[in-house]
Amino acid sequence: MTTQALVKGQVYEQEVEELKRIQRQNRRDSFGRAWYKFSANKLSVIGLIMVVTVILLAIFAPLAAPYPNHVKPFVDYNNDKAAPSAQNIFGTDQFGRDILSRVIYGFRFSLMMGAVVLTLVVPTGVCMGMVAGYYQGTIIDTVIMRITDVFLSVPPLILALAIASILEPNLTTSMIAVSAMWWPWYARLVYGLSSALRTEYFVSSAETIGASTWHILFREILPNMVSPILTKMSLDMGWVIIIGSMLSFLGLGVQEPQPGLGTMISKGKDYLPDQWWISIFPALAIVMVVLGFNLLGDGLRDLLSAEEV
Amino acid sequence: MNIFNLQELQRLVIFLGRRLFQSVFVLFGLSILIFLLSRVLPGDPARTALGARAPEETVQRLREHMRLDEPLIEQYRFWLFNALQGDLGDSLVSRRPVVDDVRDFLPATMELVLLSGLISAVGGITLGTLSARHKDTWVDNIVRVLSYLGVVIPAFIVAIFLLLLFASNLPINLGFTEFELDWFPSIGRLSSGVERPPTVTGMFTIDALLAGQFATFLDALHHLILPAIALSLGSMAQEARITRSTMSDNLTKDYIAAERALGIPERTVMGRFLLKPSLIPTVSIFGLDFAANISNAFLVEIIFNWPGISRYASRAMLRKDLNAIAAVVLILGVTFIFANILVDLVVGILDPRIRLRGARSD
Repeated sequence: MTTQALVKGQVYEQEVEELKRIQRQNRRDSFGRAWYKFSANKLSVIGLIMVVTVILLAIFAPLAAPYPNHVKPFVDYNNDKAAPSAQNIFGTDQFGRDILSRVIYGFRFSLMMGAVVLTLVVPTGVCMGMVAGYYQGTIIDTVIMRITDVFLSVPPLILALAIASILEPNLTTSMIAVSAMWWPWYARLVYGLSSALRTEYFVSSAETIGASTWHILFREILPNMVSPILTKMSLDMGWVIIIGSMLSFLGLGVQEPQPGLGTMISKGKDYLPDQWWISIFPALAIVMVVLGFNLLGDGLRDLLSAEEV
Repeated sequence: MNIFNLQELQRLVIFLGRRLFQSVFVLFGLSILIFLLSRVLPGDPARTALGARAPEETVQRLREHMRLDEPLIEQYRFWLFNALQGDLGDSLVSRRPVVDDVRDFLPATMELVLLSGLISAVGGITLGTLSARHKDTWVDNIVRVLSYLGVVIPAFIVAIFLLLLFASNLPINLGFTEFELDWFPSIGRLSSGVERPPTVTGMFTIDALLAGQFATFLDALHHLILPAIALSLGSMAQEARITRSTMSDNLTKDYIAAERALGIPERTVMGRFLLKPSLIPTVSIFGLDFAANISNAFLVEIIFNWPGISRYASRAMLRKDLNAIAAVVLILGVTFIFANILVDLVVGILDPRIRLRGARSD
């Protein structure tokens, strides 16, 4: 009897092992399929490469930048406004600082801007929209969505500018300002999704068996909205970075001597057209970041929407 | 649709009335938001307005004038009452009523935004139509690449590139030849020596035409065109993409095949039956494009030294000129709301389904 049980146990463990192996295999396969689909579009792969490059440069900026000390207070008037050369590939700015080094450090601020804003905005907007959508037609819906309307009734940058200017101008307040104007877009997207989902059978079944509102919102409705939210996030990363650089350009974001890309363009534009490199290379850097995130986002959108069907 | 048909006209008026009624609430909310923004500043708004060196009794007088000692609700009531009468306080930079400042600076921005809106609408719809008609040919591919770049590259970066290429004496070196394209002025609204046309709308091009000063009109347009193009490329690209996708969707519809089968000339099919339904999504994003243009104008105006509301506002923002900031946000918000109503109206005229739904009293 004991041997039988032992054998049974072993067989059982073997079966579990086998199942786990198949599961792993499946996961690898589906990842492989996703990658196959994703990489079929060369543009998405280019976008991925651009984004990864920017992230790596930002992380390893002290190693990648040829003159890391040029991002701190530093002047070298013997070598100011030097045209691009072998020593300074992107040239130097009005204080003789290496522009390539400053651009590489500038990626840090841009990525931080995007990451922090999305981390603040997505949970807020999603919760607001989800609650308003689930309680569609009630007073909760009216209050939340009318507040959203008010925020959306001002051209987005103007609101961010007003908020940033009332607070102290620096990176943190510009992040707060952009977040304040950005959450309504998520609220509106999620509102549409969740008000459609709330009439689905799985939601009404959950209601019938007495599931808590918390359970319905976060376990029934939310998981069904993940892929449109993710797609919007990956596309928004680029836009948030643009808005951040616009605030910096207007003097309401990253402050000198910190190397924000927008700040660099704003200071460099005074030296147009003769010392064009001071503003053009940071401008191209922004274009690269935004293009990368958009190509990647488009690829992800194709992937996620195809898997939904 | 025949606008002169009485019943149709009635529906349109009801539709418009409903939209205006809804916007009253949004405006009310906006006024609260703006009021709160101008009061959350840590510290004393009166002291901030007058500076650290102002004598205490002056500050106290302003404090009483702004009713800062009273509860917030009372302050808001007073602020709203004044705002409704067109009094938004004085600017601490120019020491004038902000409403006067706005009246001086807003027309320049509107001129820029309206022309860029026109350019982007005409350009976007043309490019989108071309692209849809020649789908999957080189025309389509070029339009698609350009519109992708147009959407992705922010307007202020476009402005810097355009300034560098077309409005500077920077030599462009192509290896075998060197040339410069110094075609456009890079500063201001008029050349020095050209007199301002008599003010009617404040938009120099229109004022000059009204006064019959053709030379002034051309000069104003010459200054206007490059910043307007810089501002328009993003929304042009957006509109081209949307027109292309709706139009190529609609091209596969049965009614187009039926019209072709009936032997209706391709021109009529494209121009009359395809264009109108395909334009509805394009028109409905005009409102968003308008907002984007106003936002981008903030930076483009700085790059081209354009004396518009945005330059005024960014200066006010750097100096924490609260009244000016509140006024600009309020006025741009109101403009945006009315632009959206106008867009809805045009969409309603184009799309009978929306018109009917809007007029129903549900």
